[in-house]
Amino acid sequence: MKTGDVMVVGEVRSGVVQPVTMELISRARILADLQGSDVVVLLMSDELESGPGECAAFGADRILLALAPEFGLFNQDIQYRTVVHAVMETKPAVVLAPATTSGRTIMPAAAAALGTGLTADCTGLDIDFDTMDLIQTRPAIGGNVMASIRTPNHRPQMATVRPRTFSPGEPDRTREAKLLRLDIPQEILDSPVEALGAEPAEGDESNIQDMDVIVSGGKGVARAGSFDLLRELASLLGGGVGASRAAVDNRWIGYPHQVGLSGKAVSPRVYIAAGISGSVQHLAGIQTADFIVAVNRDPDAPIFRVADLSICGDLFDVIPRMIDAVRSRIEKRKS
Amino acid sequence: MRIAVLIKQVPDTDEVKIDETSGTLVREGTGTIINPLDLHALESAFLLKRFNGASVSVFSMGPMQAETALRESLALGADDAFLLSDPAFAGSDTWATARVLASALISFGPYDLVLAGEKATDGETGQVGPEVAVMLGVPFSTCVSSFNISGGFANLVRTVEEGTESQRIPLPCLLTVLRDINEPSMPTLAGKMRARRSDISKVDAATINIEHSSVGLTGSPTRVVKVFRPRVTRGAEHFDADNIDKGVERFIEILKERSLL
Repeated sequence: MKTGDVMVVGEVRSGVVQPVTMELISRARILADLQGSDVVVLLMSDELESGPGECAAFGADRILLALAPEFGLFNQDIQYRTVVHAVMETKPAVVLAPATTSGRTIMPAAAAALGTGLTADCTGLDIDFDTMDLIQTRPAIGGNVMASIRTPNHRPQMATVRPRTFSPGEPDRTREAKLLRLDIPQEILDSPVEALGAEPAEGDESNIQDMDVIVSGGKGVARAGSFDLLRELASLLGGGVGASRAAVDNRWIGYPHQVGLSGKAVSPRVYIAAGISGSVQHLAGIQTADFIVAVNRDPDAPIFRVADLSICGDLFDVIPRMIDAVRSRIEKRKS
Repeated sequence: MRIAVLIKQVPDTDEVKIDETSGTLVREGTGTIINPLDLHALESAFLLKRFNGASVSVFSMGPMQAETALRESLALGADDAFLLSDPAFAGSDTWATARVLASALISFGPYDLVLAGEKATDGETGQVGPEVAVMLGVPFSTCVSSFNISGGFANLVRTVEEGTESQRIPLPCLLTVLRDINEPSMPTLAGKMRARRSDISKVDAATINIEHSSVGLTGSPTRVVKVFRPRVTRGAEHFDADNIDKGVERFIEILKERSLL
């Protein structure tokens, strides 16, 4: 059975190809090598500062450039139709896209239009050598069990992957990729959806899903003002602030910070849960964190069962000590 | 204006416990609720009903027990409710689920506006909304944190990673909403009384012209081939209240090991 190429739908924001694209290209390279096929990267943007070279270095063989002013502001209608168009033109066997808000918006629409399946938020992607099918692994309900999923009779096999799930491989700067311009039919660009504008989030509201370190607070934080303590630790470590649903429901902090089933799923390298007991809701959102630190007064808090480092104590005692220790380490390094 | 709201009955995760030995969710005996984000979709519909004038129909695909969720939405203010239930629907993936919902919306529609929560707390895919829109052939948007309807258009704001985006989409369209869009209201006593008397339309595959083989396990493009428990390899370290400083010391080492400090 001849197998087709692996397509990666790149994430481009303001003309810059985002790191998650390289993570997917690296994984796509492995899958393509297993099948003896090519990695094709689709980049949709109004302009590109750089990016194709980077894509080549991480493993792209061909880069489809879909350049049009209509890609300046996110327009899900134009983007999903362009993905469908690119798939029809290149007939890949596998299509991977980031599970960002854009990927999670355009890919289901593209899958529906192509009449094929889509597996969301895969944490594992492998090839089954008997059938050459893509094995897509994702957390099942609540995140305590994993499910392996196959798309046996439909092509392409499509999957989204959360940022930071796969680490990008070593770039090879000598690699070259073929640059191809994808012509986009006018009827795709004539969209009923009008993108009118975009407003960047203010300072504190930046996306915690991009962070290496997240300091999260829960019921134990007890009031809005106390989140400043967590902000201080987070900013020393160049990270962001998260929260449990309880803290958000109490309006101590905004919803964009909510981590868990009804909020965001995060994959930082270090996650610090302060005053969070660890409901199933919350745990499901942090299961892909590399390392979990839990600070809680209650020795029986469920969070301690999943944490890698547990400190049983009042967060108002422990977090300031952490801040002091981090600060003195930073100062020592400066001098 | 005719509005359809798509809802899903999900396990009440506040009640779900983890089995200590197997590490899996214990779902037996736990209650079910309307998927929290779907409550926000319902509230959006009720606000439009109150201020713009609209009828609100609610659709849910699921087992017969999903009637509870539909009755609750009637109590909250929906005008009618459709339970899409057929043994042939069992095991549907998001594509097949969307097909069932889209077929029902075509059979009982047309609707000017279709609303749903951005994702459900159980599957968490967020895929069914956009899939339904494409199958209906209407434009859509996701992650909507506010919108109004005027002059045949939905003017909306989406909340995404980097901030917000504003869009204008002609009706009919489908929108999936986030929780900051509104504050869902509680059912009133009168609403509950009305809900108890109301009929819920039971809809099977034949009613909405769906062939059994095109949905459910057989009709789903994706197949779950294996379910397994990830091996927990966390070598947890615990520091009690008397050893906080040692714990903090360890914390610093971990940051250093990862070049985060």
